[in-house]
Amino acid sequence: MNILYDERLDGPLPQVNKAELLKALQRAVPDLDLLWREEELKPYECDGLSAYRTTPMLVALPRRLDQVQSLLKLCHAQSVPVVARGAGTGLSGGALPLEQGVLLVMARFNNILQIDPAARTARVQPGVRNLAISQAAAPFGLYYAPDPSSQIACSIGGNVAENAGGVHCLKYGLTVHNLLKIEVLTIEGERLTLGSEALDSAGFDLLALFTGSEGLLGIITEVTVKLLPRPQVAKVLLASFDSVEKAGRAVAEIIAAGIIPGGLEMMDNLAIRAAEDFIHAGYPVDAEAILLCELDGVEADVHDDCQRVREVMLAAGATEVRQAQDEAERVRFWAGRKNAFPAIGRLSPDYYCMDGTIPRRELPGVLRGIARLSEEYGLRVANVFHAGDGNMHPLILFDANQPGELQRAEALGGKILELCVQVGGSITGEHGVGREKINQMCAQFNNDELRLFHAVKAAFDPRGLLNPGKNIPTLHRCAEFGAMHIHAGQLSFPELERF
Amino acid sequence: MTDLDSASALLDQVNAARANRTPLKIQGGNSKAFLGREVAGEILDTRAHCGIVRYEPTELVITARAGTPLSELLAALDNAGQMLPCEPPAFADSATVGGMIATGLSGPRRPWSGSVRDFVLGTRVITGLGQHLRFGGEVMKNVAGYDLSRLMAGSFGCLGVLTEVSLKVLPKPRQCLSIRLDIDCARALSKLAEWGQQPLPISAACHDGQSLYLRLEGGEGSVTAAHQRLGGEPLDSIFWRDLNEHRLAFFDEGLPLWRLSLPNNLGPLELPGEQLIDWAGAQRWLKSASADIHALAQSLGGHATCFSHGVSDTPFQPLAPTLLRYHRQLKAQLDPQGLFNPGRMYAEF
Repeated sequence: MNILYDERLDGPLPQVNKAELLKALQRAVPDLDLLWREEELKPYECDGLSAYRTTPMLVALPRRLDQVQSLLKLCHAQSVPVVARGAGTGLSGGALPLEQGVLLVMARFNNILQIDPAARTARVQPGVRNLAISQAAAPFGLYYAPDPSSQIACSIGGNVAENAGGVHCLKYGLTVHNLLKIEVLTIEGERLTLGSEALDSAGFDLLALFTGSEGLLGIITEVTVKLLPRPQVAKVLLASFDSVEKAGRAVAEIIAAGIIPGGLEMMDNLAIRAAEDFIHAGYPVDAEAILLCELDGVEADVHDDCQRVREVMLAAGATEVRQAQDEAERVRFWAGRKNAFPAIGRLSPDYYCMDGTIPRRELPGVLRGIARLSEEYGLRVANVFHAGDGNMHPLILFDANQPGELQRAEALGGKILELCVQVGGSITGEHGVGREKINQMCAQFNNDELRLFHAVKAAFDPRGLLNPGKNIPTLHRCAEFGAMHIHAGQLSFPELERF
Repeated sequence: MTDLDSASALLDQVNAARANRTPLKIQGGNSKAFLGREVAGEILDTRAHCGIVRYEPTELVITARAGTPLSELLAALDNAGQMLPCEPPAFADSATVGGMIATGLSGPRRPWSGSVRDFVLGTRVITGLGQHLRFGGEVMKNVAGYDLSRLMAGSFGCLGVLTEVSLKVLPKPRQCLSIRLDIDCARALSKLAEWGQQPLPISAACHDGQSLYLRLEGGEGSVTAAHQRLGGEPLDSIFWRDLNEHRLAFFDEGLPLWRLSLPNNLGPLELPGEQLIDWAGAQRWLKSASADIHALAQSLGGHATCFSHGVSDTPFQPLAPTLLRYHRQLKAQLDPQGLFNPGRMYAEF
């Protein structure tokens, strides 16, 4: 099924006359930078999910809030769809443009407005890069905890819209846990302040509701985040296992020992070999699985915890446990993991990254299911896994130049996500639904639940002008998807335990 | 421990209320009935829907029905060496898990650990359309669809009947030590701002006008080192429970009690009444006869809630007009007939 906006399944879009809209915008907001020529629009036709491309009707590049406000008011008045975009690094097509819509690029709002070390907060514009916040806070010994792999490039506005994660979520939380306040413009151009500089605010928790709403409820114009003191030390242990089950057991035993690591990552053999070939991190290429366990905090505690974790891992059946001897080795251990995606990219012309989450106990069964699907679809799958919080990133290797392989990869990916849902997990842990997983939403939620999501949307954007077609599928789409994919009452993996 | 699934009875009652257009007053143990405005409606009691549905300590997730006594949930966690880090106050033995979520109140550890809402992973909710739905789940990371689960926290039952909740839990710290430092308020707040920028294992900080009370939690090494550095007199850790449950002498009957949630860096404040500082300055309890507490809190960048029943017709901070309009629109979408706890938070919905 085509992933691009399909009016037959996703609902009719308002008809917009490009020339008239352009003229109206130029008249209403004379100093707003607009792109409308074909060659100017090209660079904006996709986000980080580059397999899917749509040329937007117009691209707006505002620099001031009043420009955004005027643009929204005009789009609202003329029923023009608006897709917001930050740095465009998202992996689920959340910023995929519409042919019949304006792409609102917030990247030029890139000022850090205030770092308040005493309050441990940073107030920034939405186009500020994730890493830039931590860099600005570093002189005060502070940092911003959520660290998606794209942190060098991704913007905080996009992080809020997607509720971005990273490798340290188990201990430090997702974006939603590290926000104090956002400023928002509604589709009608009204300003809303959600949250506050205090730790909570009056009324419903709309800050939580807007976090991860993928640009469907409002446009984020300012973000206040919490900063944390940098941990005194961080140590990394690298453990090898001759089976994925044993590695999984080691993760549970570490938690059972009362230890919450700063990061706890698992890689399977294919991912290990790819990373080692690429980075020479010193990974054991014969291991079936490795665990990278980072312990951070005050030195004395970290020292004790390293001892405990080493013992737990050996007891769980680790064949070897190594501790990074110095900072250089620690960075090297992590480099292998952080470059796992490009490393896989060297094995295959293309790869497709999934983002399912599962209760950790289900890991061995899910990995067996993935192996079976991999065989069935004739495509290799490498597994990297935020083991501490149950977030899997299976990477499907394929070659888009081979006819049908992209479609096979998509179908395989969809099956993997459905498997995650069947064991009580979710189709997306941190990348968002966007356009990519719009069909799998029908597997995770029933029609009544989807109807309630649409009701929430209607409270903020009754005409459905903000990012239409993303995040929440229409019931019509699910009916079509259900007819294609779900065999009434039959579960694909009857042998798996369910709750 | 009772284990009773009464979801269908609750659903029947909601559907009857829909048919008769009778508002419902949702209640658990009534331990926090003093908060918010009076609700006129037929009582929907969640306590028959109770029991821990699932708890595997190594998954760090517990799922319980809304009517489960909070004490039962906390005891189960305690037995496994785990805790709910946000330390929700009970205020009475009858407190339920559902009430904890609906009121969204957190205890002394909140600035460091996060709030009740931060630990919500998933919910089951009966909506105003008479459907029993599931949002979120039992996994740590889940960004599929809108985050309706966390929206339920602190919504005082105005958006639906919460029937079940899954919460993230954490191991209890290995070491816990409480101390008292006899320093004045100004010095205490400035020290707290300084310590906040350092990796110190502080997990609670209260000032009562005379002394600063601190709790240190972490590994043996960090707690011992912090204690050596900070000094102070040893303090019985029951202090934190008494603070959380409003059993300190400060909370004895008297003038109306207000909770002010404020930016954490305001320093000492002259407030119109007696105050007790918690959350390292971000939460201030105030006993005051003043009628202008909301305006005061707003001028300070925060908000205020009246914790004394029947004192104010607007116990919660009034919302700005635009924000109020979106609250009403959201309420109208999720509870079109206005059945659930009408007026509990605001007269307008």
